[in-house]
Amino acid sequence: MSATTIPLAHGREDWKLPYHGTVGMVSLIVAESAIFAIFVIAYLYYIGKSLNPPYPRQVLELPIFNTVCLLSSSFTIWLAERALKKGAMAVFNLWLALTIILGGIFLVGTGIEWQKLIYHDGLTVSTNLFGTTFYSLVGLHASHVVVGLTMLLVVLIFGITGKLKTEHARQVETLSLYWHFVDGVWVVVFTVVYIVGR
Amino acid sequence: MADSTLPIGSAIDLTPPGEVYGTWREQLHSWVVTVDHKKLGIMYIAYAVFFLAVGGAEAILLRIQLAVPHNNFLSPEVFNRIFTMHGTTMVFLMGMPLIIGFANYLVPLMIGARDMAFPRLNAFSFWMTALGGLLMYYSFIGGVGLQGAGSAPDITWWAYAPLSERAFSRGHSTDYWALSLIASGFGTIGAAVNIIATTICMRCKGMTLMRMPLLAWLYLVVSGMILVTISPLTAAQIMLTVDRYLGGHFFDSQAGGMPVMWAHFFWIFGHPEVYVLVLPAFAIANEVIPVFSRKAIFGYPAMVAASVGIGFISLSVWAHHMFTVGMTSAQNAFFVLSTELVGVPTGIKIFNWIATMWGGKIRFATAMLFCVAFVIQFLFAGLTGIMLSIAPWNWQLHNSYFVIAHFHYVLVGAIVFCFFGGFYYWFPKMTGKLLDERLGKWHFWLFLIGFHVCFDTMHIPGLLGMPRSIYTYEPGRGWDSWNMIVSIGGFIQGIAVIIFVYNMVYSLFKGQDAGPDPWDAWTLEWATSSPPPEYNFASEPVVASRRPLWDLKHPEDPDSRYEE
Repeated sequence: MSATTIPLAHGREDWKLPYHGTVGMVSLIVAESAIFAIFVIAYLYYIGKSLNPPYPRQVLELPIFNTVCLLSSSFTIWLAERALKKGAMAVFNLWLALTIILGGIFLVGTGIEWQKLIYHDGLTVSTNLFGTTFYSLVGLHASHVVVGLTMLLVVLIFGITGKLKTEHARQVETLSLYWHFVDGVWVVVFTVVYIVGR
Repeated sequence: MADSTLPIGSAIDLTPPGEVYGTWREQLHSWVVTVDHKKLGIMYIAYAVFFLAVGGAEAILLRIQLAVPHNNFLSPEVFNRIFTMHGTTMVFLMGMPLIIGFANYLVPLMIGARDMAFPRLNAFSFWMTALGGLLMYYSFIGGVGLQGAGSAPDITWWAYAPLSERAFSRGHSTDYWALSLIASGFGTIGAAVNIIATTICMRCKGMTLMRMPLLAWLYLVVSGMILVTISPLTAAQIMLTVDRYLGGHFFDSQAGGMPVMWAHFFWIFGHPEVYVLVLPAFAIANEVIPVFSRKAIFGYPAMVAASVGIGFISLSVWAHHMFTVGMTSAQNAFFVLSTELVGVPTGIKIFNWIATMWGGKIRFATAMLFCVAFVIQFLFAGLTGIMLSIAPWNWQLHNSYFVIAHFHYVLVGAIVFCFFGGFYYWFPKMTGKLLDERLGKWHFWLFLIGFHVCFDTMHIPGLLGMPRSIYTYEPGRGWDSWNMIVSIGGFIQGIAVIIFVYNMVYSLFKGQDAGPDPWDAWTLEWATSSPPPEYNFASEPVVASRRPLWDLKHPEDPDSRYEE
């Protein structure tokens, strides 16, 4: 008797399963979405329930420039990925650096906004419900931007020192999934905080 | 036994495991730095057994206090801390690590993989979970904090606001509670991501999703549920921490916040959590019952569909914990109906287990005894669950000992029983030694008797109006003798668990050698030596059916002929 007496499975020569990095990242994104969903629900529920000023309409301004920067960084990282697959490392580094700069502009913009809110308008986490929910939701998103930028920076360092090769395209693609998620969440946060909540 | 039941020796790796060498310090070091799924799985399980003992000891303390009326064994403050720690420990430090430990050990072996998809994430998840346990119990020392009030958390395991807010819970005990659950929550989410990636991407050749062992399938469902249930808990804990440390107002009614929102967020996590814990118990029954009935599982596709169904339905039932909070009739009706709907897929499962045993050649080894008891007890637990899902009945009995009896019937009668069965079934694989069957029978019968003495009778003081979370009660309300019986049952279970722990230690050193396949089983973990080598399989297995070892043992009549 030998193993050959067992009927063979159909088409097992081309036995191919999805890349575990992609599946892992998608799972992580599902978990993160659930966290954001809870914060968004809390924000929506508490709109207009603050007992004392400042209220959103008085102090919030639409961060249009920030938003354009962050959303266009999704496009630049896609261009970077495409360059990596072609093996054009210099182009890849350029687009990746631009992605990081755009993300950085967004963070600085958020910092300027928060400085104005804290020192000019006197809005902190403990001022009222608006402050509590606003800083939590926007801060949660900003912390994700920080994590994303850190990882992109690590990749850029590998890229500039020549350690990154075309065969790492799958890993970079996984990271870019996360970055697209961070951008996508901003669309939700922007809508909830600056349009619905104002 | 090995050679007679394994006709194709060449297909199975029977290399004896390598000798353990090195000083004890080197060995300890190898465990601390390991990324091997088997070692991490054993560490998770050992961690869970330790906290089972701690949480069990806390339960015994509670039952001593409640055995007679007007007892002064524990002060009210200590009682509150002990029952908070009992609940938190059993759910987060015992239950979750136990299910993840079994998944870690078994899923890669069952799907013919050499490790999890992300071995280092696996180690990270374990150590985050360990940090969670450390933070939780450090509160006994550090919880006093600067304000000099409080020790261990005393806010109950569901920690309703505003009791958990700074104004009513001074000191740092609640902070330790929240931080501990955030830390272990990250660990749990990491483990879930890992299990999903492993089951989807690491299956050996030929193992399509519909040939995957049911244990792996159920863990895939559980991990998906963890992603969307533990995350809301983490979010709520972050909000609580913002409230307590930064002066936020999420659950602060004086600033317009809604304490009920905490209740919603907590139970959005809390109810699916019960299914997160019970589905792995189902998973164990799905593996043990067929092997000891000598029949393939009845209705494999129905089992898969029912598990996925439970996963989805369980996400929409949370507010049945909140009928007494006051909701509209439409909301009440929705949560009554959605809760009752869970009975359909679980009923399918119970029928399938019975149909698997029906006409089988049943061997009542200890593992099987635990699983048979599970099927019956889970049915009872489900029936009291249906009773409690009816809103008017719930208004009457909410927060009474009837509820306590109901969920302990699920948690102990179903989950703990199945996991004990799992221990007897897979301990030989993990250590190479069989657990002693004679001690096992003592363990089973004592635990069964103790369980029924304790939790069957516990329903009655609940029906007579005894509320939960009280540290003592007056004599003459008709609760006295029932409480004494419940406490005696608790003690009997304690003795049974001591026998179990003794059995594990005894068998580890003096037990009978198990060989690779002591139960004549059919899934891939039995196709390698016990304990398996670090690489699991010398050559990558190829499967053609749901029972690859059956095919190997019976090449004249393989399963693959009948499937598809």
